[in-house]
Amino acid sequence: MRNFSYSRPGTFDEACRVTEHTRFLAGGTNLIDLMKSDVERPAHVTDLKSLSMNQIEELPDGGLRLGALATNADTAAHPLVIRHLPLLASAILAGASPQIRNVATNGGNLNQRTRCHYFYDPDMVCNKRSPGTGCSARGGRNRIMAVLGTSEACIATFPSDMCVALAALNAMVNLHGPEGERSVALRDYHRLPGETPWIDNVLQQGEIVTSIDLPSVSFGEHYTYLKIRDRLSFAFSIVSVAVGLEMESGLIRRGCLALGGVGTKPWCVPEAEALMKDKPPSHSLFRDVAERILEGAVVDRDNAAKLKLAPRVIERALWQAAEGTPQSQTCKTIR
Amino acid sequence: MNVVSANIGQPVPRIDGFAKVTGQATYAAEPHPPGLLYGVIVNSLIARGRIEAIHDEAARAVPGVIEVMTHHNRPHTALFEKSYVDGLGVPGSPYRPLHDGEIHFNGQPVAVVFAETFEAAREAAMLIQVDYERWPHNADFDAALYQKYMPSKTRSNYVPPKTRGNASEAYALSPIKIEGRFHLAPEHHNPMEMHATTVIPEEDCTLTVWDKTQGPQAVQTYLASALSLSGNEVRVRNPYVGGAFGSGLRAQHNVFLAALGAKMLKRPIRVTLTRPQMFTHVFRPEAVMDIALAADRDGTLQSIIVEGVTDTSRFEHNMENLVIWGPIGYKCPNATADYKIAPRDTYTSSDMRAPGAATGVNLFEMAIDELAWACGMDPLAFRLHNYSEIDAMHNMPLTSNALREALLQGAERFGWNGRPPAPRSLRDGREFIGHGMAIGIWDAMFSPTAARARLTSDGRLHIATPASDIGTGTYTILAQTASEAFGIPIDRIDIELGDSTLPECPTEGGSWTAASAGAAVWLACQSLREKFLKALAKSENTPERIRQSEVTLTEGELRGVRDGRREVFSLQEALSFIGEASIEAEETAKPGLRGKISEMRKARFTHSAVFCEVRVDEELGIVRVTRLVNAVAAGRIMNPKTAASQVRGAMVMATGMALHEESLMDERYGRFMNHNFSEYHIPSHADIPEMDVLFVDEKDEEVSPLGIKGVGEIGMCGTAAAIANAIFHATGKRYRTLPIMPGA
Ligand SMILES: Cc1cc2nc3c(=O)[nH]c(=O)nc-3n(C[C@H](O)[C@H](O)[C@H](O)COP(=O)(O)OP(=O)(O)OC[C@H]3O[C@@H](n4cnc5c(N)ncnc54)[C@H](O)[C@@H]3O)c2cc1C
Ligand code: SF4
Repeated sequence: MRNFSYSRPGTFDEACRVTEHTRFLAGGTNLIDLMKSDVERPAHVTDLKSLSMNQIEELPDGGLRLGALATNADTAAHPLVIRHLPLLASAILAGASPQIRNVATNGGNLNQRTRCHYFYDPDMVCNKRSPGTGCSARGGRNRIMAVLGTSEACIATFPSDMCVALAALNAMVNLHGPEGERSVALRDYHRLPGETPWIDNVLQQGEIVTSIDLPSVSFGEHYTYLKIRDRLSFAFSIVSVAVGLEMESGLIRRGCLALGGVGTKPWCVPEAEALMKDKPPSHSLFRDVAERILEGAVVDRDNAAKLKLAPRVIERALWQAAEGTPQSQTCKTIR
Repeated sequence: MNVVSANIGQPVPRIDGFAKVTGQATYAAEPHPPGLLYGVIVNSLIARGRIEAIHDEAARAVPGVIEVMTHHNRPHTALFEKSYVDGLGVPGSPYRPLHDGEIHFNGQPVAVVFAETFEAAREAAMLIQVDYERWPHNADFDAALYQKYMPSKTRSNYVPPKTRGNASEAYALSPIKIEGRFHLAPEHHNPMEMHATTVIPEEDCTLTVWDKTQGPQAVQTYLASALSLSGNEVRVRNPYVGGAFGSGLRAQHNVFLAALGAKMLKRPIRVTLTRPQMFTHVFRPEAVMDIALAADRDGTLQSIIVEGVTDTSRFEHNMENLVIWGPIGYKCPNATADYKIAPRDTYTSSDMRAPGAATGVNLFEMAIDELAWACGMDPLAFRLHNYSEIDAMHNMPLTSNALREALLQGAERFGWNGRPPAPRSLRDGREFIGHGMAIGIWDAMFSPTAARARLTSDGRLHIATPASDIGTGTYTILAQTASEAFGIPIDRIDIELGDSTLPECPTEGGSWTAASAGAAVWLACQSLREKFLKALAKSENTPERIRQSEVTLTEGELRGVRDGRREVFSLQEALSFIGEASIEAEETAKPGLRGKISEMRKARFTHSAVFCEVRVDEELGIVRVTRLVNAVAAGRIMNPKTAASQVRGAMVMATGMALHEESLMDERYGRFMNHNFSEYHIPSHADIPEMDVLFVDEKDEEVSPLGIKGVGEIGMCGTAAAIANAIFHATGKRYRTLPIMPGA
């Protein structure tokens, strides 16, 4: 870790005043790790924890607002979240471990960095860490890397579970910056790597995520978060799927679907979701959806397994949702 | 004189547990001498080449940095390469840290920064830039296989395979055969406690070295030799070790560099490795085994052909006993095996829990399972039919072999009977259920060991042996042994371990500590007891009535009976009669002549039978281990609680071997890339079912003085195969490469 200065401002306006060498600190489960590994080298750390943004509250339209500083654990255990957005609670519980979730915040989860081995090792060239140096993961040990949304410059996944559910749920991210406040759809929040993989998301310098808004949904029991990983707990996903279906008289009125573990950002394809509109659940429909959402996937040396698994995981998740048997995150049997 | 104490064999809880959970146990990185400097190692980023320049100006400018030690400015060390050979004695040219500018492996230390704080040292280490001249390297195992060889000098514990019959002819003639290439990924030991050393220069010019090691005396010898010091200038201590699994068998570079720094700066030094740095030294070698097996139609094994290769570095010839287990354990008339090592430009692979057997037994048992199926035989019946009562490779009887009982009792406990033979026959919802099993076999070793026992005026018994408790429960079982041998309650015993100045002892590893140190402690306590009672009977100050009586010593009390009158007196009183503040005895447990003869005539092994249930979601590639039963035959069990805990721990590790653990080598750089616990997956709680460990009665007076065989590694052997075999039974699919991961 390099030496750095530290402040803990009490107001948003103060907190927004930063240079490009500033990093915001929330739970620290990712940032501090990266600083210890010499991946992040901020000159200044602005601790956000004195700002009041840990609320979890109902919005007038029946949706929910999750404060950026509310912990992942508190969010997943909140009665409002459990009642209205069990999909979100399930996705959060599928991630990390209880110890980490107790400290990790919602804002931090949105802004966590990739787990690409080469990004994490400062001895390796990596465009995301050091712009323009190259990508070591391509042609390397890239079993965990992305197959969708990749570029010549970077094939790293965005590793969050929570954000996959947020994408499926069409969340909005509320920001406060030097120029004022704005909101961005979660689906547009994370960026494709393109030629600038070092820019993970649309956050501008000095902008803080203050909260996440979730519209009200009526999935009932027709949702699931299904995560495949290399051990049964405490591992990032190889493939994960968040699904919510609005069902009516045996028909899918609206299908919401997002993938984790396979894309460089939470992966959603509106055309694939639209395929389900007003159709009854069926194998061929779900196969079509999977095919459509995985269109354009590109594999590299070690990650073909993701592409083999992804359609099966998507179909299974869709069935779990259609049948109203969401995946339990404690019992490891997959129905 | 009778000893009545039931302490050996009791499930006594760990006596060091309280010290550990309350932070009172001092580990290698924990002494805080005044003036301590922190050393942080800078690692090479290339696999092969030469250092052209080291730019350390920025590092030196960091406040608090005292020195940057490199091959240019390091103090003098031993001249000859042979002075760097460590206790394990791997043939070849030992790696000499900071010896010169040549790079032999990725991650090799190229500099050490010493600073007043750990933070300053770490920051400065990050600022060091090194220019390299890069040479071509190979870190690809498959490519290395083309260069496989047999070294002219082998490791001292290497057991060359022996051929019997004509295996290829028998193979050709047999009606039923299987053949295939089996593979194991490299793994890292990853004990919880990372390797660390604290070196303290003492006023009398000696060095006290707190090191994470499995052999304090081996490290002492190594340091003295490599740093050109005399033996008594170095004292190595490791009273507590947070796991090691073999990573502490060799003196690691941290201990050498810390001692070198102390020599250079004349200050106390601590060097701790980070978790990523734990992937820059020893690891379990990657392995392939080409196995061909053949049998008669009735399931009688006719031919075993095994060719195995493990990897080593370019500079040392690390070897494993990989290919011998099938030929030893099965009574097949025709067997042949061949073993070679393949060089890569990495650090030298090394012993990891049950080295050789963890790989060799598991891969072989996967092949045996294929043959049993090809013969149309139940896997258990096949093994009962074919396993050998003797060491079939050397044609030597065993000191004992309760494998049959283990197989039968394990099967009974598991409920093996009634298992439908065909794969894919058991199903629950979307999951296929599979039952698999395998045999485990591992050496039962014994090494000469000394121990000292001392009774002090406070009535306490002090035991000292430099054996190491690497987390296995050694403190506890030695206390139990002493308690029984001397006749004193366990809470009046102090055990001192892990100090090179104590009597002689081998490095802890190979599960021989219980048998060896246990025997030494037993002898020392018996000898002390005798000496003590004799002195008591002789001393003029001993009251007449006691001298004349038959004195017994039990539960820490002396009892005399005379003329039908009982008299009880304490150890303290007795010592005061003798007129000594303390009384002491030291003994070395050696095989003795009888033992030596026995070693020539008989082989010795622990055995086990492992049974496993898995549930497999075939479509999604998810395997859940839902039941594990391990029946272990390991001679006398000193403490069923700590012993079962050892076996369970190894079964967890073997579950990792079967399903999770793999160090990902990026051969372009020669570096293991998943060098942290987030990406190197050891099993999580969710991956581990209830584990049922049972110990089969096995009386063996010959294997070691106390009839102990050791239980630290047997749990590794067979468990991974049982899981793979259960996956076959669930799905009908054979996987020959471990670990078996989603999408495989
Ligand atoms: C071993 C391990 C396993 C894990 N496994 C999983 C997993 O399976 N699934 C999963 O989803 N996650 C997993 N995680 C990641 C974990 O969810 C994140 O580390 C956590 O959510 C980050 O939150 P934090 O509050 O600690 O963020 P911090 O570490 O404090 O910050 C992370 C980043 O977000 C920025 N940031 C934080 N808050 C804000 C804000 N309000 N506005 C703008 N920027 C902000 C910081 O500047 C920093 O760049 C794992 C983490 C670890 C260490
Ligand atoms: S995939 Fe992206 S993060 Fe990984 S090495 Fe390449 S550029 Fe860096």
